[in-house]
Amino acid sequence: MAITVDQLKEKLELTPYYVEDGEREVTGGYAGDLLSWVMGRATSGDAWVTIMSNINVIAVAQLTDVACVILAEGVVPGDDLIAAAEMRGINLFSSPEPTFALCGKIFGEL
Amino acid sequence: MAANEELNFHFDVDGNDFTSAGEASVKVKKLMRQLGFSPELTRRVAIAMYEGEINMVIHANGGVADMYVGEDQVRIVLADTGPGIKDVAAAMQEGYSTAPDNIRALGFGAGMGLPNMKNYSDEMNIDSVVGKGTTIELKFKVG
Repeated sequence: MAITVDQLKEKLELTPYYVEDGEREVTGGYAGDLLSWVMGRATSGDAWVTIMSNINVIAVAQLTDVACVILAEGVVPGDDLIAAAEMRGINLFSSPEPTFALCGKIFGEL
Repeated sequence: MAANEELNFHFDVDGNDFTSAGEASVKVKKLMRQLGFSPELTRRVAIAMYEGEINMVIHANGGVADMYVGEDQVRIVLADTGPGIKDVAAAMQEGYSTAPDNIRALGFGAGMGLPNMKNYSDEMNIDSVVGKGTTIELKFKVG
């Protein structure tokens, strides 16, 4: 049974900053902060966990077609990032959990 | 219009604005969707082009990008008048990067740009002259 972005948000108690499509299916996950690395490895439908919060994150999310971006370790997105997520239609969340723990939980839900 | 005539889309890549880098790639992604290309091909073209765009912003103070859409292939040509690539063979290796620290702090400069462009395209040609600039041609088969 596939999980949706909204369901992942509920299960992991993610803080939403912008949700364009909560019904989007999460089909996998990827963790990484080096954007080119993520560009080469993340796949469409992934939940992407990162601590990087500059505006280029949104472009990478859009181009790789990930299901959502989750900022880990309590990283809070700036207004520019939220505005970009809104403009580009990217699901954007944050979590106080460390990357390792967060990924473990996501893995358990897939 | 002749059946084999290519459609051409031109984009200017602004070298001074790192935050808007990716604009051309996003436009390409939208265009390809509108033209009815598969999501997978669209994704490959957009990612490869984004890497090229980022490279032009990091290393060459911007440049120009052209997309040519033909019946059996999509071709991207990225051209700049930057410093050129001293060692193309080294630059093609994953992890090799000459990006400055401020760029690395943004999450770029992992040395994956050119390798990603090669991996996501079907053919890649680099023409780079130190002190003159770099032109990269990326070809993607359709269907």
